[in-house]
Amino acid sequence: MSNVLVFAELKGSEPKKVSYEMLNAAKDIAAGTGGAVIAAAIGSGLAGVGAKLGAYGATKVLVADGVDKYNVEGWATIAAAIVKAENPAVVLMGATATGKDLAPRLAAKLGVGLASDIVGFRMDGANFIAKRPVFAGKAFTEIGFTAAPAFATVRPNVLDPGAGGGAAAAEAPASADMGAPKAQITEILAAASSRPDLTEANVIVSGGRGMKEKANFKILEDLADVLGASVGASRAAVDAGYADQSMQVGQTGKVVNPSLYMAFGISGAIQHLAGMRTSKVIVAVNKDEEAPIFQVADYGIVGDLFEAVPLFANEFKKLLG
Amino acid sequence: MNIVVLCKQVPDTESKIKLLGDNSNFDAEGIKWVLNPYDEYGVEEALKIKEAGKAAKVTVLSIGPKRAEEAIRTALAMGADDAVHVEDAGFDGADAFAVAKGLAGALQGMEYGLILCGKQAVDDDMAAVPQMVAEFLNIPQVTVVSKLEVEGGAIKAFRDIEGGAKEVWQCQAPAIVTATKGINEPRYASLPGIMKAKRKPLAKKTGAEVGSGADQNKTKVIGWSLPAPRAAGKVFKGGELADLVAQVAKLLREEAKVI
Ligand SMILES: Cc1cc2nc3c(=O)[nH]c(=O)nc-3n(C[C@H](O)[C@H](O)[C@H](O)COP(=O)(O)OP(=O)(O)OC[C@H]3O[C@@H](n4cnc5c(N)ncnc54)[C@H](O)[C@@H]3O)c2cc1C
Ligand SMILES: Nc1ncnc2c1ncn2[C@@H]1O[C@H](COP(=O)(O)O)[C@@H](O)[C@H]1O
Repeated sequence: MSNVLVFAELKGSEPKKVSYEMLNAAKDIAAGTGGAVIAAAIGSGLAGVGAKLGAYGATKVLVADGVDKYNVEGWATIAAAIVKAENPAVVLMGATATGKDLAPRLAAKLGVGLASDIVGFRMDGANFIAKRPVFAGKAFTEIGFTAAPAFATVRPNVLDPGAGGGAAAAEAPASADMGAPKAQITEILAAASSRPDLTEANVIVSGGRGMKEKANFKILEDLADVLGASVGASRAAVDAGYADQSMQVGQTGKVVNPSLYMAFGISGAIQHLAGMRTSKVIVAVNKDEEAPIFQVADYGIVGDLFEAVPLFANEFKKLLG
Repeated sequence: MNIVVLCKQVPDTESKIKLLGDNSNFDAEGIKWVLNPYDEYGVEEALKIKEAGKAAKVTVLSIGPKRAEEAIRTALAMGADDAVHVEDAGFDGADAFAVAKGLAGALQGMEYGLILCGKQAVDDDMAAVPQMVAEFLNIPQVTVVSKLEVEGGAIKAFRDIEGGAKEVWQCQAPAIVTATKGINEPRYASLPGIMKAKRKPLAKKTGAEVGSGADQNKTKVIGWSLPAPRAAGKVFKGGELADLVAQVAKLLREEAKVI
C-alpha cells in the first residue's frame, strides 16, 4: 500500500536512462510514503535486469520475461496484474512512445487517474503531487490523486538519474500472459537517422525556414556530428520539406529539453518557443536583430547562418580536441 | 462503416497563457478558441476515407461547454455529416478519465467502425483520452498515427515512435486511431461548407445520458504556475562573424559548461 512501483523502460534488455531517472525519483517518493522502491520489467532476455535496476534503487524487480514485442493491450494486461498484486501507492512509467501509449490504457483498466509527462513532483506527507506542463510548457499544473494508486508518466531527460552503485535487486517472475490482444505490430520501419531522439538528446542543432532548402541541412548534420547532437527543425522548415516531420520542435512537434539548443534561421514563434524554452542553454543565430528568438537566447549572434554553422563546427572541433 | 471523430475545442496555439489571480486556472479572458489542431487531422482523415467510398458517414463527438459548438461547426464545415455535443456543466473541470468515460458512454449509443482522434489536445497535453476510451470500449487502439489504410474492416496504421522509426499496426474495425502531423493536410472550410454546416444536425446530450461528469474525476488540479522567465541573454553583433562565433563557443565551454 505504500510502495512505489516503477515500470522500467528497456531497449532490448538494457534499461533506458529514464528508468534510472524514475528509480531515483521513486526513492524520494518512497521516503514520503514510507514504502520500498520496486520495479517491473516487461520484455525478453531479461536475466540480469535486477542487478541493473537495483543499482539505481530498486529493491525488488518483477520480471515478465519472454514477451518479444510491444503490444499495448497485452502489456496493459500484464501491467495491471502486477499493479493489482503489488498494490503500490504510486506507479511511474516513462513518458516515451511506449509509455504514452500504454499508461492511459492501464489507468483506465485500473480505474485510476493519470498525470502524463510530468517534469517534477513533491510529497505532501504521504501524498504524491505531480507537476506537469500544459500548453506545451507555457504553464504548469500540480496534480493530486483521488484514486489509488497515483499514476504518472515521467518525461525523459528532466529528473536526475542519480549515481547508481546500489546492490542488485531480487528478481521475482511475473506473468507474461498478454490475453488476446486485438491489434498487433506486424512490422517496424527503421528510422532514416541513427541520431538520438530529440526528446532524449543532450544537444540539439535546429534549422528553420532560414535554411532555404533541404540540401542545406547537411551543414547542420555536420555540426551535429561534431557535437554528437540531434538535428531539429521548425515547423516552417518541416512544412517546406527541408526536414522530416519527426524533427519538428514546438507545440505541435516535440517538446525538447537538452542542455544545449542551437537555433539557426528560426524566428522564434510562440509555438516554437513552447517546444524548446526549457533547454538549459539556448544559442540563436539569425540575421534579423529583431527576431523574437533573441528574447529567449542565452547567447545570440546577429549574422548569416550559412557562415556561422561551419564556423561553429570548426570552433567546437578545436575545443573538443 | 461510420466514422466518429472526437473533437475538442482548445485555445489557439498563438495564445499567451496568463493565470487567474488565485492560480486556480488559466485566464480565459481574450482567448481565441479553435478546433484542436490534431483533431483537424482526424476530421480530414475521416473525410478522405469517406470520399474514397470506404465510409458512409462522419460524425463529430465533443464534450465541452456551449462555446465548443464553434469547433464542432468547424468540423462540420470541413465536411463532417452530423455531430453530437455533450454540453453539461457537470463536465466543468472534468479530468481525462471522466471525459473518456463520458465519450465512451456517448459512443455506446452510436454506430462506429473507426473512431478518429487527435494524438493530444494542445491545452492539457494529456495524450490520454483516446486510449482510455479504447479501454472502456474494449477495442484496439493505435496512437500517434502518421499514415492510415482502411480496407473493408481491416485497419493498417503507421505509428510514429522515437527517432523517426514507425511501428506498423494491424487490426480489425472497430478501433481507435489518434492522428499526428504528416497523416494529411487538413482542408480549410469553404464558404459554402460553412453555410451548410449551420444546417447540419447537431444533437445535444447531457452528462446523465453519457454516464459521466467531473464527479468521476480520479485526479484534482491543486494549482497552476507559470515557468520562470528566462533571464535576458547576450546578443553579439557587428565585426567579424568568426570572432563572434569563437567568443560564443568559448562561453559555451567555459561559462555555460555545456560543451
Ligand atoms: C496550430 C499551429 C501549430 C504550430 N506548431 C509549431 C511547432 O510545433 N513548431 C514550430 O516551429 N512552429 C509551429 N507553428 C508555426 C509557427 O507559428 C511559425 O510559423 C514557425 O515556427 C516559423 O518557423 P521559422 O522560424 O523557421 O520561419 P520564419 O518565421 O519564416 O523565420 C525564419 C527566420 O530565419 C531568419 N533567416 C533567414 N535567412 C537567414 C540566414 N541566412 N541566416 C540567419 N537567419 C536567417 C529570418 O530572419 C527569420 O527570423 C505552428 C503554427 C500553428 C498555426
Ligand atoms: N472533451 C473532449 N471531447 C471530445 N474529444 C476529446 C475531448 N478531450 C479529448 N478528446 C480527444 O482526445 C484527444 C487527445 O486529448 P487529450 O488526451 O486530452 O490530450 C483529442 O485530440 C480529442 O480527439
